[in-house]
Amino acid sequence: MRTINAALLTDTIAALCVEANCRLPEDMRNRIEDARAEEKWETAQGILDKIIENYNIADKNFVPICQDTGVCCVFMKIGQDVHIEGDLTEAVNEGVRRGYRDGYLRKSVVADPLRRVNTGDNTPAMIYTELVPGEKIELTVAPKGFGSENMSRLAMLKPSDGIEGVKAFILKTVEEAGPNPCPPIVVGVGIGGTFDKAALLAKKALMRSTDERNPDEFYAELESEMLDKINALGIGPQGFGGRTTALAVNIETMPTHIAGLPVAVNINCHVTRHKSIVL
Amino acid sequence: MERRITLPITREMVDTIKSGESLLLSGIIYTARDAAHKRLVELIESGKELPFDIKDATIYYVGPTPAKPGQAIGSAGPTTSYRMDAYSPALIREGETGMIGKGKRSKEVIDAMKRYGAVYFAAIGGAGALLSNCIKSAEIVAYEDLGAEALRRLVVEDLPVVCVIDSEGNNLYETGRRAYLDTIAELRETE
Repeated sequence: MRTINAALLTDTIAALCVEANCRLPEDMRNRIEDARAEEKWETAQGILDKIIENYNIADKNFVPICQDTGVCCVFMKIGQDVHIEGDLTEAVNEGVRRGYRDGYLRKSVVADPLRRVNTGDNTPAMIYTELVPGEKIELTVAPKGFGSENMSRLAMLKPSDGIEGVKAFILKTVEEAGPNPCPPIVVGVGIGGTFDKAALLAKKALMRSTDERNPDEFYAELESEMLDKINALGIGPQGFGGRTTALAVNIETMPTHIAGLPVAVNINCHVTRHKSIVL
Repeated sequence: MERRITLPITREMVDTIKSGESLLLSGIIYTARDAAHKRLVELIESGKELPFDIKDATIYYVGPTPAKPGQAIGSAGPTTSYRMDAYSPALIREGETGMIGKGKRSKEVIDAMKRYGAVYFAAIGGAGALLSNCIKSAEIVAYEDLGAEALRRLVVEDLPVVCVIDSEGNNLYETGRRAYLDTIAELRETE
């Protein structure tokens, strides 16, 4: 049994909030630079150059890459031999509160979905906990912008729709989103589970580095096929036309019911942010 | 290659700005998102005065991050425009000539743009740090209670935008994509 003080979680999360919003993960920068090298359409090249310039300015001045510093998603894999001293939820929210205040990040959370009054400190965080063996805590802070979140979709397909149905739904979602989610995008896909688990898988797919492919060869091929199909749509950076519509397609799956084929598509923009640490 | 435009954009200037043009805007613009738009349209509907002069005004759909010490404004890229679609026709009718955002617009907005004369620009979504550098000053004009969503008056210098939809209804989201797809199809045929 190991004891971890909740105050350590607060400090860590506060720092991760700022870091995640100002510095793009290495893999995302590589994807966009690869895309720039591949892009032949002049307008698209110009947009990609400005996007790269923006990353550089944010990095150099340590300012947010995008003004939508998001709702703060906090994923925690908690070792079952860890004892947390203090209130876990409050510790996470205090970290978000401090990070967003001290890091000059935008407060984008309303307390109620219909009455819509801003909470003023970007809390509450969206907290996802998972119990795992061991005595460590793995933390991932992922600010999620809503321009892309609003373009995400879920479908309860029939088993007979099969892989073709899944492909068609992914393409339809990206097509309908068009220029709205700030392409080039990252596409997180969750297949299987239940209505809610499919959505969670899609979100978790966005947390996976774009350097990694699905370990199952069948799904790795599907990821690569869908990336090619999306980049043949011609939407291009910011929707002005071009090859670079998506930078990656990440698919996560799990078992499901004999009667169902849930598919969720969670879209993220070119500012796909996440920062992890192991305590 | 990028044409410089000094704001305000008058109704006469509107027709000279064409879909697909890259422009650098300088002068005064106002910021408003969903919540501020809702309040503005409520004022119009009840016949009350707006907190700024809407005639020939350009509105930027942005909710910036707080300014760090020494900054005029924090990161300030565009938000998705379709959420303003319910309100834009009323503002265009009252005199708004320019809108800056990102993403698609409704038929109702485009009809109002054609009828009264207005243009829709896109700034690069997700390029908040870059665009912030073009904003020289920012002051809150109204709705301070909305925080990031308050109505601000900005002085901008060479703000890079692309005209997506012009006052004839030409739309770069349709023509740009088609031009790209036609070109690669032709290339494939000649290969």
